[in-house]
Amino acid sequence: MKTEKNDIKIKVCMGPGGIATGGADVIKVFKDDLASANIKAKIGKGCSLHKVGCFGLCARDVLVDVIVGKNKTTYQYVKPDMVPRIVKEHLIENNPVSEWTVGDDYYSFYNKQIKVVLSEFSEVDPEDIDTYTAVGGYEATKKVLTKFTPEKTIAIIKKSGIRGRGGAGFPTGVKWEICRKVESDQKFIICNADEGDPGAFMDRAVIEGNPHSVIEGMIIGAYAIGATKGYVYVRAEYPLAVERLTIAIKQARGKNLLGENILGTKFNFDVRLKLGAGAFVCGEETALIASIEGQRGMPRAKPPFPVHSGLWGKPTVINNVETLANVPYIIRKGADWFSSFGTEKSKGTKVFALTGKVKNTGLIEVPMGILLREIIYDIGGGIEGGKAFKAVQTGGPSGGCIPAELVDINVDYESLAKVGSIVGSGGMVVLDDTDCMVSIAKFFLEFTQAESCGKCVPCRVGTKRLLEILDRITAGKGREGDIELLEDLGNDIKLSSLCGLGQTAPNPILSTIKYFRHEYEAHIKEQKCPAKVCKDLIEYGILEEFCKGCGACLRVCPSKAITGEKKKPHIISVDVCIKCGACFDVCKFKAVKKE
Amino acid sequence: MLEVSPEVEKKLDGVLQKHITDEGNIISLLQDMQEAFGYIPEKAVGWFSKKLDIPESRFYGVITFYSQFHTHPRGRNLITACCGTACHVKGSERLINSLRRELNIVEEEDTTDDRKFTVEKVACIGTCSMAPAVIINKKIYGNMTADKLMKMVKTLEGKKNED
Ligand SMILES: Cc1cc2nc3c(=O)[nH]c(=O)nc-3n(C[C@H](O)[C@H](O)[C@H](O)COP(=O)(O)O)c2cc1C
Ligand code: FES
Repeated sequence: MKTEKNDIKIKVCMGPGGIATGGADVIKVFKDDLASANIKAKIGKGCSLHKVGCFGLCARDVLVDVIVGKNKTTYQYVKPDMVPRIVKEHLIENNPVSEWTVGDDYYSFYNKQIKVVLSEFSEVDPEDIDTYTAVGGYEATKKVLTKFTPEKTIAIIKKSGIRGRGGAGFPTGVKWEICRKVESDQKFIICNADEGDPGAFMDRAVIEGNPHSVIEGMIIGAYAIGATKGYVYVRAEYPLAVERLTIAIKQARGKNLLGENILGTKFNFDVRLKLGAGAFVCGEETALIASIEGQRGMPRAKPPFPVHSGLWGKPTVINNVETLANVPYIIRKGADWFSSFGTEKSKGTKVFALTGKVKNTGLIEVPMGILLREIIYDIGGGIEGGKAFKAVQTGGPSGGCIPAELVDINVDYESLAKVGSIVGSGGMVVLDDTDCMVSIAKFFLEFTQAESCGKCVPCRVGTKRLLEILDRITAGKGREGDIELLEDLGNDIKLSSLCGLGQTAPNPILSTIKYFRHEYEAHIKEQKCPAKVCKDLIEYGILEEFCKGCGACLRVCPSKAITGEKKKPHIISVDVCIKCGACFDVCKFKAVKKE
Repeated sequence: MLEVSPEVEKKLDGVLQKHITDEGNIISLLQDMQEAFGYIPEKAVGWFSKKLDIPESRFYGVITFYSQFHTHPRGRNLITACCGTACHVKGSERLINSLRRELNIVEEEDTTDDRKFTVEKVACIGTCSMAPAVIINKKIYGNMTADKLMKMVKTLEGKKNED
């Protein structure tokens, strides 16, 4: 049979999306089926099962690449029970199951993307260092340690123009240079993998997909600044990232890429993991340092900056996961290559977690300066369910909402800052016309208020007061002047808070007021929620003329607020209704109204 | 100091040894404690405080700061619902509310009276593209609906009845 001679590879997406949709089960069935087919069809040896990091288009998971010789076929929405047919028809009979393969629209998701950090995701098995070295991994380390001085290394990073991907956008080469120049017997490099933005998973995907690229970035950074010890501070909510990093570090030690006299040079460096314990503020660098030291993660005033006095008082460079993952590529392919992507002031590419109400949710990597429109429509495929695009939230709790009318702006540090938002770490939550902007602002304030460490008054008390005002507005009890009060208080908190958490916490409110003031006004003046989200301002009822009396709503109602006979229009008792919306979603005849 | 049984003492000792060999700090120590016991028992804190000569207040300072630490026993089944931004806009709040109602978990509590279930919220588990996401006993599920969730919870209940 033909397949015997061909090299067969099966790649199952085990990124965040693949895992959540049962990628592990798919792999298991593949293994079992191939094993049993092995006896009859003898295709065992040519087959290798790869566990591959994020493919990108999570909305289509589980995605499976079946590569026979040079022919690659991609299957989408694979479920374990589909595997036997793929094995039988495609691998044994050499007939791909065309009805399950991806169509042209799948490729349009990739067309506008440029992959640097994510470039080797489909080649590398994150648990096998050899697959990383096979595509040029650790070549940059070799180059730097044997050919470049630390100064030359820093010069290349500076020239590339890369800026920190953790949120603040500080030039990485400059940070390294400052730290290099500080005299000290001991320095540290820390990889910030706390990924606090609730609604983003870029760093998780990078670590789980290609952990060695992050470690390699750390080795190069350590060499450049003169550090001998490194830490990865990773959040405990990412158990798989922890596992893969642990494996990667061990393998790197085994190859003398970490440890003493790395690759026969005089350079010593080792990395340890530190697990976060669930505190957003620990993503802030001084709080992160306190947390690694085993204390409550409270930020402190800067200066002194960590590059002068960081972990245990020693000079420390803190870089984000994605920043570090870019470094090996910059060294390998050159600063000019890197800076050929992006805009004048924002170089390179940026990974975004595209989520919310777009059709193609997933992980994307685009050149800086791409139009927001291209992300939402060309890559994201537009809004799902035929609804209208309303806004996109970037930068998480520190960021803001960009309204639909600004869809033609460039996505880079400067342009987003100009419209009151930030690139942030790369969260991009798309909102449609069923999202209430006041409620979104309240959501973020609930988060920041709960996560405020309490050290400084403006943040501790201020976010609480902001939240109280939003609470009353969404309850229909807003007062005249509340909008102005939010603006005043918000600006004061921004100016007077100790750390970045408080300094940015009011942003979600200020940006929604800026672009959606009328929604705030509708809540306050008319006690109306235009998007029909705020529970206290809506009421559910049944449209008699549409109700068929099927009883679907009656069955799902958790509070037994719906009554009615079969085949006759039902009634919702407003006093008992808890406004959960279950009836609205379940009704096939659009007979439930929300006002 | 509160008395601990020899069996518990052995567990505590294991955690202590790891702490010493790994040059751990209070946070990693507490994480190991929680891994061993499922929560952080008062007795264990007392025991370590004596052994390491660190005041209990320092332990509690750290415990109360980080949301990962729990000072009360948790349910046998742990359901963690994400309420990060992506999940929020895809209706996670309703998911959580209906689950809590289904399991009769009263306000301010997160565990059922019979300690069968604990329902907790977390801010993002990094599965945002498959929102809303839920973790049931360490396994992640994406694109969750109230219906699916209730069914899964019922099979968990069934399992418990069998054994
Ligand atoms: C409240 C707060 C949370 C933060 N969370 C993160 C985070 O989760 N990940 C991250 O890389 N940076 C985070 N930062 C930014 C870091 O303080 C720091 O600027 C960054 O890690 C530096 O790395 P970079 O220069 O490579 O971006 C946060 C900052 C603040 C104020
Ligand atoms: S927002 Fe729920 S997984 Fe990220």
